[in-house]
Amino acid sequence: MSAAWWTSFADAAAAVCLLGGSFLAFAAGVGVLRFPDLLARMHAVTKPQTLGLVLVLVGLALRLRTGATVWALLLVVVFAMLTAPVAAHLVGRAAHRTGRMSPERLLVDELTRDAHTDDD
Amino acid sequence: MTVVVWICGILVLAGGLMAIVRAEIGPSILDRSVALDILVTTLVAGVALYAAIERRSDVVPVLVALSVVGFVGSVAVARFVSSEPPGEGRVLTRWEAALAKAIARAQEWASEDLDDLDTDHQDTDRQGTNHRGTNHQDTNHQEKTS
Repeated sequence: MSAAWWTSFADAAAAVCLLGGSFLAFAAGVGVLRFPDLLARMHAVTKPQTLGLVLVLVGLALRLRTGATVWALLLVVVFAMLTAPVAAHLVGRAAHRTGRMSPERLLVDELTRDAHTDDD
Repeated sequence: MTVVVWICGILVLAGGLMAIVRAEIGPSILDRSVALDILVTTLVAGVALYAAIERRSDVVPVLVALSVVGFVGSVAVARFVSSEPPGEGRVLTRWEAALAKAIARAQEWASEDLDDLDTDHQDTDRQGTNHRGTNHQDTNHQEKTS
């Protein structure tokens, strides 16, 4: 009784997590297609990339329910959380240095300000 | 569960297709890199959906490998990107390639004509200086003799 309740609950929670993660992947596609600027596209990309991946992998772990796969999926999640900021930082810095962004869309531009104070 | 996975698959497929469209029209290489990052993420989500509906735990190493490769590709592109004028990284259409080739050929012909003109000028200049030099020597000679 209790085991059957647990498996059905885990399957339902897995379905909810998979739906949320897939919706975030869809939102990332919409954002990367519709947003006007490289930095705006990065904003649309990096957040669903982390949270959507976490939701999909939590859903998969709730569906598989074995120890080794849960640890491997935890490894994937930790790796995504470690690498997504690094990749976003590198892409944003390269865009700023090679002039592939529109400065009039920015509210705060601390990198240009720091570069000018370095020149002075 | 099957209905849920079908809906999820359609959403992930739509996201991946939009990322491919952005990778095709993206004006710079960084836009394409970001779009391909999204494509890798949707690929991971698709493999995870397959593993969820089939209850297969042997495709989990595929997820690990895909996440590692996606990170390395994005970082390598961002590290070695160089500044280029806008529109430089775009693949030309057939008509634009023919136009660029015709412009290059016309410039080649024009530069050949200019080279001909320059050599003509140099010849006349050299003759002029020679003529003047001989004149000078002749006058010197005349002064000495007189």
